[in-house]
Amino acid sequence: MKEVKCECGHVNPQGTILCESCGRLLEDNEKEKQLIDMRYEGSARRSQTYNKTIIDKIWNFFSSVKVGVSLIIILLIASSLGTIFPQEMYIPPLLPASEYYGEKYGWLGKLYYDLGFHNLYSSWWYLILIAALGISLVIASLDRVVPLYRSLKNQRVKRHESFLKRQRMFHVSDAELPEEASAKIKAKLAKKRYKLREEDGDLLAEKNRFSRWGPYVNHLGLIIFLIGGMLRFVPGMYVDEILWLRDGETKSIPGTEGRYYLKNNQFIFEVYDKDKDEKVFKDAISKVGTVVKNYQTNATLYERQGDIIPGETPKLEKVRDQSIQVNKPLKIDGYALYQVDYKLGEMSKMAFKLENKQTKEQFGDLVVDLYDPKMSYDLGKGYKVEVMSYFPDFEFNEDGEPATKSRVPNNPAFIFNMITPDKPDGEVSFVAIRQNLEPLGENDYKMTFAGIETKNVTALTVRKDYTLWIIGLGGLIFMIGVVQGAYWNHRRLWIRRINGQIWTAAHTNKNWYGLKRELDEVFADSGIDAPKDQEAEDKKE
Amino acid sequence: MVELSSNFLFTAFILYLVGILFFGGAIKDKRHADKKAGPNRWAKIGIIITIAGFVSQLIFFILRWIASGHAPVSNLFEFTTFFGMSLVGAFIFIYFMYKTPLLGLFTLPIAALIIAYGSMFPRDVTPLIPALQSYWLHIHVTTTAIGQSILAVSFAAGLIYLVKSVDQQKRTKSNIWLEVVLFGLVSTLGFVFVSSYFAATDYSVNFNYINKDGQPDTEKYSLPALVGPYQYEMTDQSRFEPLFKTPAIISARKLNTVIWSIGAGIVLYGFLRLILRKRVAAAIQPWTKNINLDLVDEIGYRSVLIGFPVFTLGGLIFAMIWAQIAWTRFWGWDPKEVWALITWLFYAAFLHLRLSKGWHGQKSAWLAVIGFIIIMFNLVAVNLVIAGLHSYAGS
Ligand code: HEM
Repeated sequence: MKEVKCECGHVNPQGTILCESCGRLLEDNEKEKQLIDMRYEGSARRSQTYNKTIIDKIWNFFSSVKVGVSLIIILLIASSLGTIFPQEMYIPPLLPASEYYGEKYGWLGKLYYDLGFHNLYSSWWYLILIAALGISLVIASLDRVVPLYRSLKNQRVKRHESFLKRQRMFHVSDAELPEEASAKIKAKLAKKRYKLREEDGDLLAEKNRFSRWGPYVNHLGLIIFLIGGMLRFVPGMYVDEILWLRDGETKSIPGTEGRYYLKNNQFIFEVYDKDKDEKVFKDAISKVGTVVKNYQTNATLYERQGDIIPGETPKLEKVRDQSIQVNKPLKIDGYALYQVDYKLGEMSKMAFKLENKQTKEQFGDLVVDLYDPKMSYDLGKGYKVEVMSYFPDFEFNEDGEPATKSRVPNNPAFIFNMITPDKPDGEVSFVAIRQNLEPLGENDYKMTFAGIETKNVTALTVRKDYTLWIIGLGGLIFMIGVVQGAYWNHRRLWIRRINGQIWTAAHTNKNWYGLKRELDEVFADSGIDAPKDQEAEDKKE
Repeated sequence: MVELSSNFLFTAFILYLVGILFFGGAIKDKRHADKKAGPNRWAKIGIIITIAGFVSQLIFFILRWIASGHAPVSNLFEFTTFFGMSLVGAFIFIYFMYKTPLLGLFTLPIAALIIAYGSMFPRDVTPLIPALQSYWLHIHVTTTAIGQSILAVSFAAGLIYLVKSVDQQKRTKSNIWLEVVLFGLVSTLGFVFVSSYFAATDYSVNFNYINKDGQPDTEKYSLPALVGPYQYEMTDQSRFEPLFKTPAIISARKLNTVIWSIGAGIVLYGFLRLILRKRVAAAIQPWTKNINLDLVDEIGYRSVLIGFPVFTLGGLIFAMIWAQIAWTRFWGWDPKEVWALITWLFYAAFLHLRLSKGWHGQKSAWLAVIGFIIIMFNLVAVNLVIAGLHSYAGS
């Protein structure tokens, strides 16, 4: 590495603008400027020093704030595009996305779909943008943090005239600074929490240096946050399952590998009642109609005892009873169960009577459990009904034959064989809601419908998310960093006695007005002037 | 109690208007406006009145909270008025840092406008749906509003900067855009006037129409219909017949409101131009004569610097905590969330441009104006037009 030697004898790394020791200007072309760029105290940054290999070039690209800001702005614009029409996950599930956008929003919607904007936030290019932002954050921070550390640590009390002269806040007073006045200034500075260092009557007062680390702390927080987001793609870190449970039903909680079971004792659905609930809501409720008050699953959590033995019913031990509501998930062992959906009045049982069509005489009741119908129902005295086929969610398929869409009893249908003393081989009857067909010819008997029972069904989302800690930590660090950088600022004041004059200069990384006000107070009636803003004077001229 | 609380809101509103007059007086009083001597008597009275208004609105907020049993930030009326109140609060806070009455002259009208705008939405106390029954929601909403309002102070400072520094001698891009921004404010006022007038006269007109799902539906307008809904049939015969129909996917009622607001804005603005005989910005320019541009620039920057962490905390971090509890995931790319992210990215860009590219002065002022437009877009357009999970939507 090439090095630059200052007149004072200190050896600086190549690219240094201000000598790390005495603060003398080292770069010739900087000497023309009236004010120096103090952002990194004029110390050498890697990106300013090397530009040869491809790695240097990549490094320099990502360390540039211009690139960083461009990435932020591109990301901002890209994000807004995704809100023009709803994302795919928010469209109603009636139509496939390929038809939905065109149908609903015309050619613009079609274009939106064709460009892939219906899934914008998980598109490859959006993820690349985020990754680039992350890389930029890492490189830009590394590029600056080391030099900044070096120079802030190596601060000298005595700074070279060329350094002081080029500070934005600067003044030379042709006056003495008697001991008394000097002590007063120091007392005032100390009261304002400046830390003072003195060398041969020269002074450096400094405060809030830690705020300089704010941006680096907040960028670190962001990086941790992004890493947390990435870990989501690692198997085992993240579980997202759905569990449908009917009233009274017990099921293994998916994702827990058979360890936990949940029983839904009852699902509760409540709406606000304009007469019974608080009177203040009356107007709003009458205007809007129904407003939902509560979705709640009264659940019991069980834990399985012993190993899983296939085919055997597991032995369960109750852990606790708990009601699960929106905003009040059930938590166990890193898993959380959230109330997310429901279905009211799903058919659970259907009751029939066997009836002689001519005499209207009825022979016994049978109640069919729609989740688990029996093969046959013996009604006694030689009467018996066999279930030949069961279609829980009945439809005619493409070939015109009876079939079932799903296993959920939305539209149950049966083919019964009715065995009676006078028809020992039985008569076949097809029974569905409001339908009664006799596919094999005229029957003497029929199944009459005698009512249904319904149950409510709850849907719970099962989550396990081991990335939340990391993401939360990232957020916390980010907050600490922004507050640190935004609510404090780093201020420095140099006072030197040079050739019978008093030289004062001051610097802050932001909030110059505050610094000025503070210094005006500090120097008030001390006989010398506070440093003046050279930039403001520039403007006036 | 709700009735009583509304009186306090009204009182607050009036006090803000009076406060504007006093801050105006403070500027006109040539003797010591914005001089070293500190604020003059007008300014002192102005800030006292402003604080009284703020306290009055705080009482409104507390009473309504007691009456409804939940923090009153759960519908558009409540949220918007709370935002207005936070803006006044942020102004009071920053006033004591910089003692500039001119900032009051710009911030208070904006706050009053926001409150008046919010009051045009249904004011009923609404019960909370299950997703909103969480104290995290209230923490999230209030912190976000406070953060946004501090950021909005930078808009006021930016406006002052632009009004003072943009050359009004000749027509430039800058002063045209500045007029556009002012026109936006005037249109909001137009919306308030028109809505209040027709609400006071109990105007309504009803339609049967075909909604965006192809189903017959009904719609009630509270302004005369210039545009009618898709395949409408008017059920009140004596009313004004719409001039146009909209396609099914556009909400005709909302479009109608927008047209009325812009129309009223044009009339008001035209009227202003007629009496002022110059650009509106040129007319208010003399008010800014005595202010120091560097100071205004600094106020704008500081308010972004103070507001950004608060907004991050409320609009992103608390939002994520609540979303994790209520919606099972801390982030879901819902439009409202995305726009909060956009706002955040925008102000991050603002800070970087300022710090590294040295974007001070006018550039920085324009950025503050754009930032405020993004915030308002999220508050108004995303709720009313895009409308996702955040169920303020609808009215
Ligand atoms: C969304 C992403 C980002 C956020 C929220 C963020 C936030 C911040 C904040 C709040 C500051 C302090 C600003 C001030 O005090 O005025 C800062 C400074 C900075 N940021 Fe970022 N930043 C982000 C991305 C980036 C990127 C991609 C780069 C890459 C070039 C970058 C480079 C810097 C630099 C160089 C500083 C100045 C550091 C110093 O003064 O020592 N930032 N950032």
